Amino acid sequence: MYRTSQMAASILVNAIYAMKNFPITLVNTLLSPLSFLLVITLASHGRLLSVSVGGALIMSMISSGIGLQGDLSHLKNDFKLQDMVVSSPTTASVYIVGMAISEIVYSIPAIAVLGILATIYIHTTVLGVFQIIAVMVLMFSFSILLGFTLATITYDIIQSWAFSGIISTLMSTIPPVYYPITYIPMPFRYAAYASPTTYGAELVQNAIGFAHLSGTAFMVDWIILIMINVVFFIIAVKKARWREV
Amino acid sequence: MSSYFKCNDVSKTYPKGQMALRGVTFEIPASGIFSLIGRNGAGKTTLVRILATELMPSSGDVFIDGVDIIKDPDSIRKRIAIIPQEARAISWLTPMQTVTTFLLYRGMKYAEAKARSREVLKELGLTSVADKLNRTLSGGQKRKVLVAALVASDADILFMDEPTTGLDPISRAELWDILSELKKNKFIFLTTHYLEEAERLSDRIGILDQGEIKAIGTMSDLRAMVPKKYSISLIDRDHGSVEIENNGSLMKIGSRIFVDDNEAYVIARDLINKNFRFSINPVSLEDIYYSIARKEIGGEEGVQD
Repeated sequence: MYRTSQMAASILVNAIYAMKNFPITLVNTLLSPLSFLLVITLASHGRLLSVSVGGALIMSMISSGIGLQGDLSHLKNDFKLQDMVVSSPTTASVYIVGMAISEIVYSIPAIAVLGILATIYIHTTVLGVFQIIAVMVLMFSFSILLGFTLATITYDIIQSWAFSGIISTLMSTIPPVYYPITYIPMPFRYAAYASPTTYGAELVQNAIGFAHLSGTAFMVDWIILIMINVVFFIIAVKKARWREV
Repeated sequence: MSSYFKCNDVSKTYPKGQMALRGVTFEIPASGIFSLIGRNGAGKTTLVRILATELMPSSGDVFIDGVDIIKDPDSIRKRIAIIPQEARAISWLTPMQTVTTFLLYRGMKYAEAKARSREVLKELGLTSVADKLNRTLSGGQKRKVLVAALVASDADILFMDEPTTGLDPISRAELWDILSELKKNKFIFLTTHYLEEAERLSDRIGILDQGEIKAIGTMSDLRAMVPKKYSISLIDRDHGSVEIENNGSLMKIGSRIFVDDNEAYVIARDLINKNFRFSINPVSLEDIYYSIARKEIGGEEGVQD
């Protein structure tokens, strides 16, 4: 029971109370993933609408990690919340899981709107729906692990803002998240595969029938996404500094 | 058996080579208020962070009631709580929300946490601002919100790292009253560089200088460590810059001289005969601190300007 209370504390601090006391944050979380969707849809005359909705879903997941690293750094460095929590019965894992859930709670308005758009504009099979959900789960866990790892090495909000901008650009703007990878000229296409979101986007685009992956490419994408999660999990566990040394 | 703290040869060197603590060893009962005093950079915060299980020492052991908190921090975390130095009440929360979430982190159920928060905020005179945003409160109120979180908690060992720094005199006095009440039921480990605060509040005091414990004990214990037990101050304004020579020491208006029992009697009689106004007091913590940290009291040159 007390673990639930401890997780609830993080969700309240980082999402519920923030949204309750400053409702404007709801608008921000809603608009961020929709901005690119709108631009790409207009630029493609609606042809890339379904792909963009999938991309916006991926960006929502990545935004959670971006948000997490910023929020953890802010709470740790500017309010010393983490120091107070370390000296309490709350464990590192409970604190982080609570904070991760708070990011999802924070994204609920955006996810709800995107979910409605996906229902309307993405036409796929039941298996395709499960694939999209699985990709979102992996994107979310990757972004949270990345955000947590970065938060442990961040000592100032200025650093945190810089990380946010870099991750956002490298993970959801440059990679072909909102459009097919075939739109990128060949020599640069390989660079896109440096971002985990490219694999996620390929799988989503495959699930909605916009891209057609070969069996091998399909398997490789899944394996890479899972491996990236495993690697970042190991890094996060090794790098995590709950009790400082 | 009563509670106790035991530090055994605790040292801390930070990764960049800065040595913050050098073989800190002491044992104190965990009751009342213990104040750790020392100048900025003496190592106070490092020691508190180690004791509060936030920071690993480079070497040494720490035991609280026999529990090795270096090897087994989880065993003590239910009993401890801390206000770190530079901690701030989260700006987008209200005092009610701040205290409630702190209690949730300690494992309390939501309904219980809310009820307890309301009760403690009332006790500390914060009811009128309980639902206002922390960012709109005064500095003293914000600090009281953090103290309220500690007061409301079930922890019986509280660490407060310079809790009154930056507060105005009235807010500081209010906080002193709260701490004086709180120490009846909980052990407070306080760090401060306000010597008056430590002397007024503490049951025991430790002096930390350059990463080493220089002295530790009650005020009586600390007084016993300096050779002179009284200070005499000339407070005469009528004599302006007049200097008098007495007992081999040169005294100026506004200066102090440190003396033992017999000297105090002789000098006091002499000053009365010469029609000087003066005060005579037991040595203060400030005097002792300077004596121990700077080795200034006790010698023939024992006059502090």
